[in-house]
Amino acid sequence: MTLQGRSFIEPPDFAEDEYEKIFSLAERVMASPQDYAESAKGRLLATLFYEPSTRTRFSFEAAMLKLGGQVMGFSGENSSSAAKGESISDTVRTVACYADIAVIRHPKEGSARVAAMAAGIPIVNGGDGGHQHPTQTLTDLMTIRSEKGRLTGLKVGLCGDLKFGRTVHSLVRALCRYEGIEFILISPEELRVPDYVKAEIRRGCGSVYREVERMQDVLPELDILYMTRVQKERFFNEDDYVRLKDRYVLDAVKMKLAPKDMIVMHPLPRVNEIATEVDADPRAVYFKQVRNGMYARMALILSLLGV
Amino acid sequence: MEVNSIGKGIVIDHIRAGCGMKVLSYLGVDTSKDTVALIMNATSEKHGRKDIIKIENLTDVDIAVLGLFDHNATVNIIEDGSIKKKIHLSLPETVKDVIRCKNPRCVTSVEPAIPHIFHLVATDREEYRCEYCDEITRL
Repeated sequence: MTLQGRSFIEPPDFAEDEYEKIFSLAERVMASPQDYAESAKGRLLATLFYEPSTRTRFSFEAAMLKLGGQVMGFSGENSSSAAKGESISDTVRTVACYADIAVIRHPKEGSARVAAMAAGIPIVNGGDGGHQHPTQTLTDLMTIRSEKGRLTGLKVGLCGDLKFGRTVHSLVRALCRYEGIEFILISPEELRVPDYVKAEIRRGCGSVYREVERMQDVLPELDILYMTRVQKERFFNEDDYVRLKDRYVLDAVKMKLAPKDMIVMHPLPRVNEIATEVDADPRAVYFKQVRNGMYARMALILSLLGV
Repeated sequence: MEVNSIGKGIVIDHIRAGCGMKVLSYLGVDTSKDTVALIMNATSEKHGRKDIIKIENLTDVDIAVLGLFDHNATVNIIEDGSIKKKIHLSLPETVKDVIRCKNPRCVTSVEPAIPHIFHLVATDREEYRCEYCDEITRL
């Protein structure tokens, strides 16, 4: 089935071979961007960001502009008709009259699915609350594929806010479809992965998981350490946030416990969870993720527009 | 206590004692002009006690959804005074606009006029997953 005209709301929306097609295209674009500089000429991307964003919004806008397309949109719900009480469905139906494709970020979980049901144009989930962030997963898989040379047989440590960490939920849902993935879920009890994500691992392709609280205990056995930020905006109670925010800090001392070929990933932005001294370590690949993200999104836009 | 048999309609039998009122409420027959009987705590060989609902003339019911209230109940479709069809209920695979998501972060808490859809994920634990936010709801 072609990707043209489809939406991308959750990782399982695409099959593994469709991911491969997007990665291959992203690599071709990365190798020769001038060949794609006018591929989306005359096409318009709408960016509907009800929540703040730096990387995701800029990455989508840069991707569309580098493909020769144009962008329009808003950032913050106060600068849209949402401030007047308009529903997501109505906003998206309106935008679909102008744009060829839209990306939506919204604080409510499942909002992108609602948008896709209403729109009639391809909708991309740019993050729906603490639920899913599938284009970050595209970026993450592309980075793992290029750094580790495979997406199978990996021991992946996910650390921090696994309850509200949408990038974690999406990455787990995507990775558990590949063979031989062992997830080590490192978090305090209050921030453990939701039940539906664990159920997805159990249904996966031979994937297993275990839950631990101490990062140091498992660092020596990891292929990948995926750090996340404890997100202030997801807590109803600020005291809980303050208590949990600095629970995990990766620094140069802890990195000595990790294997020489382990990679450190992070969806960014970071706050305190990775000390800046780790940036110089060749195992830190989080800024490579950012670069890959733009090419992954260029390939995604090209695929969904069918150009 | 005796309740007359019906010529045409449905009889929902073997409802877990105490759940009959919930089923009746879902069916929304409180304004119906037809004869409706709810028998509570009737003697049951299998379960000791059971509820039974009899509704005259009504046959157009989403029977699959009734399994959500009690998947051990049976539905008898009555025509010409006899049982035309006997249906053993089970938990429906998909449920629309019957249960609501309890996750306060779910889009269904703010977006008007969207269907509330749930998918069965575990029959033994009676668990459903919200179409939008994936939150698991136990019946």
